[in-house]
Amino acid sequence: MRKRVIEFHNFSFKYHSQKNPTLKNIHLNIYEGEKVLIVGPSGSGKSTIGHCINGLIPFSYKGEMTGSLKVMGQETKELNIFALSKMVGTVLQDPDGQFIGLTVGEDIAFALENDCTPQKEMFGIVKDASKMVEMDDYLPASVHHLSGGQKQRVSLAGVMVDKVDILLFDEPLANLDPATGKYAMALIDKIQKETNTTVVIIEHRLEDVLYRHVDRIIVVNDGSIVADMSPDQLLTTNILEETNIREPLYIKAVKYAGCELTEDMHPADFNQFKADLCRKNLLEWFEDSNPKTPSKEGKTILELKNISFSYSPGHETIKDVSFSINKGEMVSIVGKNGAGKSTITKLICGFEKPSSGSILFNGKDITNETIKERSLKIGMVMQNPNHMISKHMIFDEVALGLKVRGVAEAEIKERVDNTLKICGLYPFRNWPISALSFGQKKRVTIASILVLEPDIIILDEPTAGQDFRHYTDIMEFLVQLNRQGVTIMMITHDMHLMLEYTERAIVFAEGRKIADDLAVNVLSDIDIIEQANLKETSLYNLALKTGIPEPRKFVERFIEYDREVRQVGSRDAILY
Amino acid sequence: MKENNLSIKTIVAIGIGAAVFVILGRFASIPTGIPNSNIETTYAFLALMSIIFGPVAGGLIGLIGHALKDLIFYGSIWWSWVVVSLLVGFLIGLASKSIDIESGEFGTKKIITFNIVQVIVQAIGWFLVAPSLDILIYAEPANKVFLQGLVVGISNMVTVAVIGTLLLLLYAKTRVQKGSLDKE
Amino acid sequence: MAAEMLSYIDRKSPVHQLTGVTKLICFILWSTAAMLTYDTRILLFLFLISILIFIISKIKLEEILFVLLFILVFLFINNVAIYVFSPQEGVKIYGSSHVLFEISGRYNVTLEQLFYQLNITLKYFTVIPAALLFIVTTHPSEFAASLNRIGVSYRISYAVSLALRYIPDVQRDFRNIARAQQARGLDMSRKEKLPKRIKNAASILAPLILSSLNKIDTISNAMELRGFGKNKKRTWYSARPFQKSDYFAIALFSILFIVTLIITFHDGSRFYNPF
Ligand SMILES: Nc1ncnc2c1ncn2[C@@H]1O[C@H](COP(=O)(O)OP(=O)(O)OP(=O)(O)O)[C@@H](O)[C@H]1O
Ligand SMILES: Nc1ncnc2c1ncn2[C@@H]1O[C@H](COP(=O)(O)OP(=O)(O)OP(=O)(O)O)[C@@H](O)[C@H]1O
Ligand SMILES: [Mg+2]
Ligand SMILES: [Mg+2]
Repeated sequence: MRKRVIEFHNFSFKYHSQKNPTLKNIHLNIYEGEKVLIVGPSGSGKSTIGHCINGLIPFSYKGEMTGSLKVMGQETKELNIFALSKMVGTVLQDPDGQFIGLTVGEDIAFALENDCTPQKEMFGIVKDASKMVEMDDYLPASVHHLSGGQKQRVSLAGVMVDKVDILLFDEPLANLDPATGKYAMALIDKIQKETNTTVVIIEHRLEDVLYRHVDRIIVVNDGSIVADMSPDQLLTTNILEETNIREPLYIKAVKYAGCELTEDMHPADFNQFKADLCRKNLLEWFEDSNPKTPSKEGKTILELKNISFSYSPGHETIKDVSFSINKGEMVSIVGKNGAGKSTITKLICGFEKPSSGSILFNGKDITNETIKERSLKIGMVMQNPNHMISKHMIFDEVALGLKVRGVAEAEIKERVDNTLKICGLYPFRNWPISALSFGQKKRVTIASILVLEPDIIILDEPTAGQDFRHYTDIMEFLVQLNRQGVTIMMITHDMHLMLEYTERAIVFAEGRKIADDLAVNVLSDIDIIEQANLKETSLYNLALKTGIPEPRKFVERFIEYDREVRQVGSRDAILY
Repeated sequence: MKENNLSIKTIVAIGIGAAVFVILGRFASIPTGIPNSNIETTYAFLALMSIIFGPVAGGLIGLIGHALKDLIFYGSIWWSWVVVSLLVGFLIGLASKSIDIESGEFGTKKIITFNIVQVIVQAIGWFLVAPSLDILIYAEPANKVFLQGLVVGISNMVTVAVIGTLLLLLYAKTRVQKGSLDKE
Repeated sequence: MAAEMLSYIDRKSPVHQLTGVTKLICFILWSTAAMLTYDTRILLFLFLISILIFIISKIKLEEILFVLLFILVFLFINNVAIYVFSPQEGVKIYGSSHVLFEISGRYNVTLEQLFYQLNITLKYFTVIPAALLFIVTTHPSEFAASLNRIGVSYRISYAVSLALRYIPDVQRDFRNIARAQQARGLDMSRKEKLPKRIKNAASILAPLILSSLNKIDTISNAMELRGFGKNKKRTWYSARPFQKSDYFAIALFSILFIVTLIITFHDGSRFYNPF
């Protein structure tokens, strides 16, 4: 029999501040050399499971633990965190938080330094580890000059130096652009194969993880394990849908087409997937499609003219960018990590001043207006929720902007309650924000801007770290707002989101605008895809694979059908 | 130094605290309208950190933060003031036990205690220590440095009283009670 | 707001080649010496040496000009303030009064006062280049290792390293936060009334402080997971071994330090009196 490296036996855990346990009677075995994926809705307890494995629970987070958890055959309660850290290497959700060294070399060497490894030996080990993640040319580089993807690689090398038995990743793909995300999964796969480590991945982006082989998927819902099976088997069930986890798009399409999935069709691996068996269904379903209604042309509401900007002299972050947004439009901004997407939005909101060029709102030059003046017209939800939150209670945080503007108490309460319901936060309204998971915090910041009802809303990665239910709720709400005439711009790394909700996409790479076109066209241009680290969706590839004549139309058909199905569902969800 | 008592958390708090001290000290002073005299929000932050993490952390945040700020932004260290930051951080930190902010309770009595402590501590620091060191190290005239100390001291006392107290109240509220969270 | 701050400037020079430890020790000796002495001759001598070292370091004047200008303005204001508050300080110290010209009342200009203020300025000028040079020629990575080497516990040394690591991050966060709060209507610039300004400042600082406290949790978790603090010692990836020039520099600065002290204190007064 294979060796068990992680054994949860009737394990429960309750955080001190919680009334109810977060993990409930967990039974779970993970075997040597396995690669396991943990999925589940936001706040279901995935990270908590991770903390139990690496020892942060109970050594750093306090709470009540019952049952047993063994790592490498030893009860974790009886170990200390140092002993555990020799067995479990963790790559945390937040790359900035865990990049502790000033340079790449130092950060990789951190664990070795703590072990008092002699410097000479250290140089060798660091060199090897950095080679494995292809960062050996960057050893003297400072942390501030790395992109998000590079930081993630360094974090990986940092845990590799210890020759751990288990590697634990908590949302390794969060905030990575599509191409870098793919690369990260390939890298994890390579390392696992080379070292025969056991790998546990916690991630929302199921389809992106399945880009490489996974042995088993564990589905967590509300602190319990609701499924523990092979990916092929799981995809043939309805469990993912029931727990609000986004299925791979091609699977969903096949299901919509009414094709019966079986395990031996290998649905989890797109390359092996026997899609031909569904060809007939797909073709039939496809022909049912209605042509799409073209959108209305509006008046220009926002215009950027030849904007350039640099954070520090000598290096331009934004290079001569111009584009305009029409009233009532919904536009995506996409592109590589570090391309300057967030910077552009900061320029629009007046957080930074362009070094040249001008910004027009409704034809009027607002380049010299203050942040406060612009904020009456343009609302912005920042990438990092912690940068916006200044109150301790959810209700107060969402109400803050209205209070400052002197809105009457009764109206504030009504508007805030409404917004909280839409964002799925109503049950938590009297909680302190500090007790929320990352995804929940992000929703609080979205709510705090939505409630102000600005003319234009800019959202920086609104769906990062969200589960499918909240993704749908937020996006459908934005669509509703959009129908009422609110203009919406959003930055995203989710190609399907771009196709599904926005007709137009503006693409950035290295500080330049490299495309401004219909979203579907952007994704049909190999050049742009490569330059901007984008990725074709699996729907498109499914159409190609099964020989459907017009793959673009197929994607459109899917989006339309999918939205109809979900609108029925989400109406119930909003009542919640 | 009894370094075994310095937990990882305290060390990180010193490091990050010092970084925040540097940035607040350089960028977050509030103009009062009187030229050349700004309200330093830094000391409100220092007081908060001292109360949360205790005297050793408070003192070292003051020392490291202030020395680095001077070095990085002004290219030289004004030792007399650095010593005061160290002292203020350390002495306010001595009150951390009796205030016990982690309990989540920060009522009127504790607010008064905190403010009495901070006023006494800053009086010692700004009215006595800073001017004396200025005279000792730089041989500056006594009446100049004592007046300077008086102005800076009073403005810092007010800042800590207002902003420091607000920050402590906010922090206390984030300390949730055991077993108190439930969905409604 | 252009965030002008001093940081490491990469060059090939004898000063850069010294290890961080050496530079730290020399910097401490130098500052202490300059702080203790008021002897004009020594100050002048030290000042000249510091200019010499500056030239050896191959750092260009314009690279640190923004700080120098700031310091000059500070020194000017400081000198004016000293004169306004204490026009007779020089007379008091040197015990004689050579009046150059009268202004009004006790405000006259004496040679003693000028000489006294020259000394103060000179003293600042002696201290400043050392600190400046130390910061621009020492790679921050080496800083913590150096502190540890001269006897500071490695835990506290690491705290300094963390501070250096996170200053740019905190600065970035601070800008973002201050602006996001302004976008919601909170302001702490001159546009608001003072009491409101102070209260708003607390709201603006709150996210920075709460997110910094969050950071403290994340970072201490990450450090804990990678075994920080498990031993009584630790090694340093970026420490550099001593060379001959290091011993030489330390010896030189120690001699300088001792000579300074002897000359300053041999006659019982820390001031040199030419009058
Ligand atoms: N330190 C803590 N103190 C109290 N409660 C906590 C703490 N951390 C998490 N929780 C609670 O435990 C639940 C599960 O949180 P966890 O972080 O494990 O979720 P998750 O599945 O990782 O979610 P996400 O996908 O959003 O990261 C949440 O409802 C959260 O409120
Ligand atoms: N405050 C700042 N100071 C200096 N440089 C910055 C600052 N903010 C961002 N940068 C740099 O500017 C470049 C563009 O950053 P930006 O955050 O706009 O990228 P992005 O396209 O939003 O990337 P991501 O997809 O990773 O969020 C990056 O190289 C980044 O390191
Ligand atoms: Mg999580
Ligand atoms: Mg961004």
